Amino acid sequence: MAGKTLYDKLWDSHVVHEDADGTCLIYIDRHLVHEVTSPQAFEGLRLAGRKPWRPDTLVVNPDHNTPTKDWEKGIEDPISRLQVETLDSNIKETGALVYFPFKHANQGIIHVIGPENGTTLPGMTVVCGDSHTSTHGAFGALAHGIGTSEVEHVMATQTLIAKKSKRLLVRVDGELGVGVTAKDVALAVIGKIGTAGGNGFAIEFGGEVIRALSMEGRMTICNMAIEAGARAGIIAPDAKTAEYLKGRQYAPKAADWDKAVAYWSTLATDPDAVFDSIVELKGAEIAPQVTWGTSPEQVLPINGRVPDPAQEKDSTKRTSIENALKYMGLKANTPIEEIKLDKIFIGSCTNSRIEDLRAAAVVAKGKKVASSIQLAMVVPGSGQVKRMAEAEGLDKIFTEAGFEWREPGCSMCLAMNADRLSPGERCASTSNRNFEGRQGQGGRTHLVSPAMAVAAAIAGHFVDVRSV
Amino acid sequence: MKAFTQLNGLACPIDRANIDTDAIIPKQFLKSIKRSGFGPYLFDEWRYKDHGEPGMDCTNRPLNSDFVLNHPRYKGAQIMLARENFGCGSSREHAPWAIEDYGFRVIIAASYADIFFNNCYKNGMLPIVASHAMVDKLFKECEATEGYALNVDLPSQTVTLPSGEVFSFEINATSKHNLLNGLDEIGLTLLHAEKIKSFEQKHKQNQPWLFA
Repeated sequence: MAGKTLYDKLWDSHVVHEDADGTCLIYIDRHLVHEVTSPQAFEGLRLAGRKPWRPDTLVVNPDHNTPTKDWEKGIEDPISRLQVETLDSNIKETGALVYFPFKHANQGIIHVIGPENGTTLPGMTVVCGDSHTSTHGAFGALAHGIGTSEVEHVMATQTLIAKKSKRLLVRVDGELGVGVTAKDVALAVIGKIGTAGGNGFAIEFGGEVIRALSMEGRMTICNMAIEAGARAGIIAPDAKTAEYLKGRQYAPKAADWDKAVAYWSTLATDPDAVFDSIVELKGAEIAPQVTWGTSPEQVLPINGRVPDPAQEKDSTKRTSIENALKYMGLKANTPIEEIKLDKIFIGSCTNSRIEDLRAAAVVAKGKKVASSIQLAMVVPGSGQVKRMAEAEGLDKIFTEAGFEWREPGCSMCLAMNADRLSPGERCASTSNRNFEGRQGQGGRTHLVSPAMAVAAAIAGHFVDVRSV
Repeated sequence: MKAFTQLNGLACPIDRANIDTDAIIPKQFLKSIKRSGFGPYLFDEWRYKDHGEPGMDCTNRPLNSDFVLNHPRYKGAQIMLARENFGCGSSREHAPWAIEDYGFRVIIAASYADIFFNNCYKNGMLPIVASHAMVDKLFKECEATEGYALNVDLPSQTVTLPSGEVFSFEINATSKHNLLNGLDEIGLTLLHAEKIKSFEQKHKQNQPWLFA
């Protein structure tokens, strides 16, 4: 019998019940909750007279609607405010392991605060009513986004109804060049397999490049597994994972720690395990990436040129390119480096951790944001990230260069708060989605790494960060 | 959950690949704490010429007459035709809520994003996967024929075209059973409460740190 993949091990260790057609009940260890996708679930529980099965699995924090400046004014939009207050009252009623309400010193993006508090651990199942829950797979947890009905189901039963996914291995071997980051790897993978390439799969990321990444870099890669269509991205835990977790507030302690680390060391794909599909990339061939269109798969290396729909034979793809060029206000064959920008956004659950801010600060140090840029902002992923960055003086580097240094939150990744693009504005963004209207109706988003975003801010247009 | 058995309904073709849930229901409408009322804002940025905000009365908003949902011939459509990777991106269940609230009960597409696909079932909607060739045919026939209606039958897992041609579709037994009977999944799962509790005990022995 062939060995098991990491995904098989995580799945098998959580099956509570299996129906004849393979539909399973999977036990859920960690449930992350934010204000946008939970109110209807809490309401559903109330209407049915049900209580959460294990409130001690809930890690809760508002992030989508919260403003990133002028916190003393509170939340000005009354509809946003009601949603955040509804979360407050729901948690007051049910309880939670962790709750950081708006303005709490540790509040931040839910996918940043989970790991930094040690509430995301290897071997766990992690869910959240948020597609970027895949982030937590970086720890060797089976983590994925769910809908609000499923949020209610998990709260009421501590299980999720699910069918096993197929297994895809994405192996990135060799070494990354200087100036090439986890974000570039993620975008290059999506460019290669497409936004539907991972549909029906759980992706395990492996290979020398992945092993060499920090935990922050691994979170960036797993975060974007969903942009390749895979609900879950996973990376086997190793010494780096344990090192990151050791001493964090909710990480196991004392005898439990040793037992946990011993267990985590078994969470790797067996050498003779079989994947349903394998995709291979060479680290050395990955250049800094920039998306040009309205889907994350519409991505090119920095030295590329915007594609010409006339060259595309497939009619559906040709129409997609034409639609994207029209929306993005770009002409076919334009060199990426000639694309000028209006705004710069550094933040989101993809790229707002301390390592991202350090990488951005290295490029920003002693430079100035180009006068043609209307707004360049840095939004740290959490209160802890913000304080750490300030202790290292990164905030000074950013503000002296002309960036605004904001309070933590999802911010202009999805523009539910006041941070947004106006119609026609073009933004270099470290977030995860360049969909039409994502950063504001009519806004034009180009996804890049933090270092590339800063380089673009300084030049006023995209440049190869390797030449800066 | 609403039960679904059979539907004879008008089809509406949304001819675009990779339609994301941000397009289906833009973020400003996600501020609602309710589960209903999203239908008027379905495809808001494509459907209207102005900027939509939650709570807005949509009856007098300027319509984008190019957008297919605004063509009078598709008024009352209950079956949406779509291309590949429909519903990609954000997990927001507000997307199926908006589609259902508008009046659609069935989607027929070449493929779906996984989370969206699951979310449909939770709301009494049937997402059907058809071959690329069949999807092409449906789009062509639908665009060429006013009043193009399909007959969708869940018990026999078939769709009948106006020409009488029939194609069958796959659905897993559990989803089919729940949809046919409009069952409350939470109630069904709680029938396994003892099994969940005994799993939990074993799990706690193996990994006590998960129960701190």
